[in-house]
Amino acid sequence: MSKFKKGGAKATPAISTASLPDIVFILLFFFMVTTTMREVTLLVDNRKPYATEIEKLERKSLVSYIYVGAPKAFLRGQFGSEPRLQLNDSYAKLNEIGQWAITEREAINEAERALLTVSIKADKEVKMGLVTDIKQELRKAQMLKINYSTRKGEIFSDR
Amino acid sequence: MADIAFLLLIFFLVTTTMDTDTGIARKLPPILPENLPPPPPIKEKNVFVVLINSNDNLFVEDDYMDVKDLRAEAKRFISNFGRLENYSDNPQKAVISLQNDRGTSYEMFIAVQNELTAAYNELRDEESDKRFGKNFDDLTEKQKKEIQEFYPQKISEAEPVNLGGG
Repeated sequence: MSKFKKGGAKATPAISTASLPDIVFILLFFFMVTTTMREVTLLVDNRKPYATEIEKLERKSLVSYIYVGAPKAFLRGQFGSEPRLQLNDSYAKLNEIGQWAITEREAINEAERALLTVSIKADKEVKMGLVTDIKQELRKAQMLKINYSTRKGEIFSDR
Repeated sequence: MADIAFLLLIFFLVTTTMDTDTGIARKLPPILPENLPPPPPIKEKNVFVVLINSNDNLFVEDDYMDVKDLRAEAKRFISNFGRLENYSDNPQKAVISLQNDRGTSYEMFIAVQNELTAAYNELRDEESDKRFGKNFDDLTEKQKKEIQEFYPQKISEAEPVNLGGG
C-alpha cells in the first residue's frame, strides 16, 4: 500500500511537440524582422579596417555606398588587380560619381536630402590616392557627409 | 502549417546578414569658388600637422612618431590652454591638419583618423565628467552641444600631395 513505487520500469513520457509551431513562428518572426538583405553583389574585395571610435549609421535609407577595392579573385582575369570603385552593381569610373550622386539624391525626398550620407567602404589595402580622388569627386557633387566604413576592433588588429 | 513556417524560417536564416554599418563620420569641406580672398591665416602654434607618407610612416610636427603615441600627443596639443609654447592657445582655436600621400594605405589612414577622434572623444568625456559628472554619451542634447562647442572637432583633411617615401 505504499504510495511510492520502488524501482520498476519507468517509461519516460514523450516531450509534447504541441508548442513546436509556436517556437518556430517566434524564430521566424525574429529573423523576418532582423533580416537586411544585401542589395548589391560585391565585385571588389572588401576587408574593412578596424577602428574603435565608431558611430552607427542610422537610417539605412539615407545612406549611399561606394565600394572600393581590388576586383574579386574570379574577376581578376578580366579586370586586373588594380583597385576599382563599385557603384551599385557595376564597376565605375571616377567621373561617374557626379551622375551617381544626382541619382542617389533624387531618390530620397526633398526634406531629407541634407541628411544623405555616403559610406565609403574601402578595402584596407587600397591606397589613399584613389580614396582622395573619390573625396574630391564627392566634394564637386556636393555630397559632403561621408562615413569611412570600419569594423569594430582595435586598430591593426589583424596584422 | 509548421512545415511552411519551417521553410520560411530556414529561408530567412540563410539570407540574414546581421552586419550593422559602422564607421568614422566626417564632413568634407565644400569646394570654394576660385576668386575668393584667402582665409585669414591661422597661427602656426594652433595647427597640429599630422603627416603620413607613402611608407605609412607618421610624422607629427615634422618629427617621426608611432601611432600609439599619437592619441596622447593630440590630447596634449588640444587641451594645452596656452601653457606650452608650441601647442594650441585653446581648444576652440586648435586645428588638426591631416595630410597624406597618394601612396598611404587606407588602413593607416583610418588608424590615424581613429586615434585623432579618440583624442577628442576622451577630452569630451573628461570635460563632461568635470561639468556634469557623466559620460559624454549620457548627456542631454543641450549639454552635448555645450561640450561640443568647448571641444570642437576640427580635423582638416588637406588636399592630397605627392610626398613620396622616405
